[in-house]
Amino acid sequence: MADLRIKIGQLEFRNPVILASGTCGYGSELEDFINLSELGGIIVKGTTLEHREGNPYPRMSETASGMLNAVGLQNKGIDYFEKNIYPHLAEYKTHVIVNVNGNTIEDYVDLSQRINTLSAIPAIELNISCPNVKKGGMIFGTNPASAREVIYAVRRVYDKTLIVKLSPNVTDITEFARISQEEGAEAVSLVNTFLGMAVDVRTMRPKLSTITGGLSGPAIKPVALRMVWQVARAVSIPVIGLGGIMNAEDALEFIMAGATAVQVGTASFINPRAGTEIVGGIEKFLVEKEMDSVSNITGIINRI
Amino acid sequence: MKKRIEDLTVIGNSKLTEGFFVIKVSSSEDLTGIKPGQFVQALVTESPSTFLRRPLSVHDIDPGENTMSLLVQIAGPGTERLSRITPGEKLNLIYPLGNSFTLPARGERVLLAGGGCGMAPLLYLGRKISESGVQPHFALGFRNRSRILSHDEFSALGPVFLATEDGSKGYRGFVTDIPEFRNEHWDRVYCCGPEPMMKAVAALCRKRDIFCEVSLENLMACGLGICLCCVVPTTSGNLCSCTDGPVFNINDLKWQTSG
Repeated sequence: MADLRIKIGQLEFRNPVILASGTCGYGSELEDFINLSELGGIIVKGTTLEHREGNPYPRMSETASGMLNAVGLQNKGIDYFEKNIYPHLAEYKTHVIVNVNGNTIEDYVDLSQRINTLSAIPAIELNISCPNVKKGGMIFGTNPASAREVIYAVRRVYDKTLIVKLSPNVTDITEFARISQEEGAEAVSLVNTFLGMAVDVRTMRPKLSTITGGLSGPAIKPVALRMVWQVARAVSIPVIGLGGIMNAEDALEFIMAGATAVQVGTASFINPRAGTEIVGGIEKFLVEKEMDSVSNITGIINRI
Repeated sequence: MKKRIEDLTVIGNSKLTEGFFVIKVSSSEDLTGIKPGQFVQALVTESPSTFLRRPLSVHDIDPGENTMSLLVQIAGPGTERLSRITPGEKLNLIYPLGNSFTLPARGERVLLAGGGCGMAPLLYLGRKISESGVQPHFALGFRNRSRILSHDEFSALGPVFLATEDGSKGYRGFVTDIPEFRNEHWDRVYCCGPEPMMKAVAALCRKRDIFCEVSLENLMACGLGICLCCVVPTTSGNLCSCTDGPVFNINDLKWQTSG
């Protein structure tokens, strides 16, 4: 048995595998396939103050080794969440984290304050990187001054574990990681999706209703991995790596490049058991290598 | 019935007509809990450009031999690979997914209208309706006589009214041009097919005030309600066609008014 526990700020996780926001619903959708308590945590669907319908269909296009999505933060809003979803989440025996979104800094602050009062939610993931909304989202995550402002404002009202989810659609992602650290975030998660698009040559129309969308899946893994490696060297707070992780080997690459934890996203669409299988695969690897803790390999490529 | 992921064994794969195949798989688990209208998500192997699973309607269930038939239309490399699957191979499926058609009450007159690959769920639905003691009738539309699918299987369950676009068999025109559909009394119409056809059927049913359920074939990534990609606008907002559907009452859909 290897020790898989990891820590983000003061928060201890059973293991370093977390299901990514927008790819695991509210957890219940996957309960026929996996025992959620075997995961480090789950990050539930991107949540906003108000109810949102998201973007029009079509919102998805399969690509080479990946997919584009333009969902646009469809969710029922915090009131519905608190009343109808939270009571069920509070019973899960895994960390349940909420992905927080807004149009304005005030939105992010109000929502973070609301979630701060929910005792069964030990952390939020501040989403300043959604590429599929006209206001907020990636606009905050691609401008250093705006990023600093929103993280600063949320940090003042949110006293539990604050994770900032970074956009890869920038020239230097380490700048945003440093800002997150300076403004008091406990961790950064990266990367959100890459802005991309696809055209249907038969209809001569874009494949997505929004024209552009976010690319995820194995297609982005090498680039995501490079960014995680860069960020892990640039900041001292934990880095949560994600982007195209399909199996334990992919997850181990991120951990060896410096990620304290990983998120599994698009993989769950094809294999709803991907998250728990990755937990098992990481443990098996450590046992085979006769290592007693996952921390033995965190950032190991940087130690030589 | 709980959803499961399972490697099923392919026991048959037969070509129906150009571009259409029926794959038959057997399971070690009981398949009789699958409801008409539900679908599976099939994992496609050895097709490098296919990343996502492919949603396939349950075409039929044979409770005696515990097998499931899946109707596949070749639409790209993924379904092309599936069409070449051979007996003995494993097919990894997530199933059963989605809601189901609501079965009629005894004494009701029901019509199952479909065309092309949209016929897929109607055979199993017809079988279940028949088992419940109601006589199913079928209105099926095809481009021409060489494209007609599974006519014998449908005929074994009830009367079949055919339409072909070129008039080479049955009535000339679309499903909605079939006189029995237009003129006879129907309590319920169930429909699956290309969107223009479903919209035309929905319009006819609204006009005649007939209860009508359609099964949508939206583009889908997960099939589990976690990606929110396959949404359809309804009177209750955007709903996932994979979990809130694929079967919808036409009165709940927004497209039927504009279509």
